[in-house]
Amino acid sequence: MIKLSFPFSEEKIRALKVGDEVLISGTVFTGRDAVHKYLHEGGALPDGVSFKDGIIYHCGPVMMKQADGSYICTAAGPTTSIREEPYQWQVIRDFGLRGVIGKGGMGAKTQAACKEYGCVYLHGIGGAAQVLAECIKKVNNVYFLEKFGSPEAIWELAVVDFPAVVTIDAHGNSLHEEVLAKSQAALARGFDCR
Amino acid sequence: MGVSARAASRHASQCEACHLRIRTSTGFNKIDALRRKAYAAANFMSELLNSLIELIRRTSAEIPGDVHKVILASLENEKQGSLAANALKIVDQNIALAKNKSQPICQDTGSILFYVDVPVGYDQITFAETAREAVTLATKKGYLRQNSVDSLTGKNDGTNVGPGAPAFHFHQHRSAEVSVKLVLKGGGCENVGAQYSLPDDALHANRDLDGCRKAILDAVLQAQGKGCGPGVLGVCIGGDRATGYELSKTQLLRLLDDRNPEPKLDALEQDILKTANELGIGPMGFGGKTTLLGVKICAANRVPASYFVSISYMCWAFRRQGVLLNGVSKIEKWIY
Repeated sequence: MIKLSFPFSEEKIRALKVGDEVLISGTVFTGRDAVHKYLHEGGALPDGVSFKDGIIYHCGPVMMKQADGSYICTAAGPTTSIREEPYQWQVIRDFGLRGVIGKGGMGAKTQAACKEYGCVYLHGIGGAAQVLAECIKKVNNVYFLEKFGSPEAIWELAVVDFPAVVTIDAHGNSLHEEVLAKSQAALARGFDCR
Repeated sequence: MGVSARAASRHASQCEACHLRIRTSTGFNKIDALRRKAYAAANFMSELLNSLIELIRRTSAEIPGDVHKVILASLENEKQGSLAANALKIVDQNIALAKNKSQPICQDTGSILFYVDVPVGYDQITFAETAREAVTLATKKGYLRQNSVDSLTGKNDGTNVGPGAPAFHFHQHRSAEVSVKLVLKGGGCENVGAQYSLPDDALHANRDLDGCRKAILDAVLQAQGKGCGPGVLGVCIGGDRATGYELSKTQLLRLLDDRNPEPKLDALEQDILKTANELGIGPMGFGGKTTLLGVKICAANRVPASYFVSISYMCWAFRRQGVLLNGVSKIEKWIY
């Protein structure tokens, strides 16, 4: 297990390789479909949000509003990342992201952006909403809550020891590409046998 | 006014029979009887409301025993220390944590699908009304995420109720029993569902069981990583495009360790499960021995021109529960 703490410098990120298991601590921002489309269409990040040397988390959490107006996160696993494939490379390039947490992996455009700008894709455990919510120690803030609704808003989270696996590194490697090639070959062999 | 009383008054204001009685009744006894009836209806609905909220809570927070058993067996089977084993360990921890905290196993509490078997003459309208109310209240309690979006405006009003949401599949049977099954199906796994129209030239899949096999295994290959594997397949061979998908989802109501009574389908189920687990896709697509936890297949008649294979993929966070209702509103027995 590799401890990865904010700020997520290019040096720390480039040292990671596919298959590394990491524990992430520091500030991460959620952002999913609506946020990516908005940024892609030229939208600006709200005041207070910076992705510079930061990590974005593809997640639509369950948040419970408390009497004092603060929020507690009660469920927060990753959502499927491939839907952001048309936009992610641009958000990495323009906003200085160093990490993308999600699930299911991403495609060639994101893989190329990770290599060029120094970013990694961090695969969370899909569906493990409780284990991952336990790692969220505080909900610091929320942005675009009215505009996009709760699951699609930008939530600023303070996380400690959030577990993930590096499945796309900053050197052009992808575990997803590797597993796809192997499973395709295995399936082709299986059909040949019949 | 309480929720159940509101629902009862809405019932009274919409019920033609009640209106008729109000207009024609003149005597005190009739009004009294009407009042008693309204109270009984309110009681029934409040009890049903509570039963349905509890069904939603348990479905969202507790994995069914048959699914948990297979997940634990998979964890045993993976190489210790591998990415696959570590992923399944987190999955198992998550299952325990969700149950203990009575919170959603997965934050995507999914499409809300009710499968309701009712006696002849059962009031489905009142049931659906009460279930919609239960969904809204369960969302306020945090058992469900605010998860329902207006497709035209993009607005999420936070109630989880709207056109087509939740979805109801009513079925009449000749029994006094009311059985309510609930599936919460997350978007990640729903997105990797697939429908093939055979023959499929690219897959060399003809209109036979071997062609179905090729289509189903292709769906497994395409779904890798994305649907929160290891998953479960519900498949329908035949039907039209709509009924094919609908029936494929009803296969997810079967217990994972049951066997298909149709020998040809049973053989296909076992074959797909074994073959898929030899592809090396593994949990989360990390590589490993567990790609699927189960395969359930049914067949429906088709028209000569069509041959669909419809596949619904369910993630490991298989949220499926059900209750038998006693006196049609109180939970008598849990089904899974």
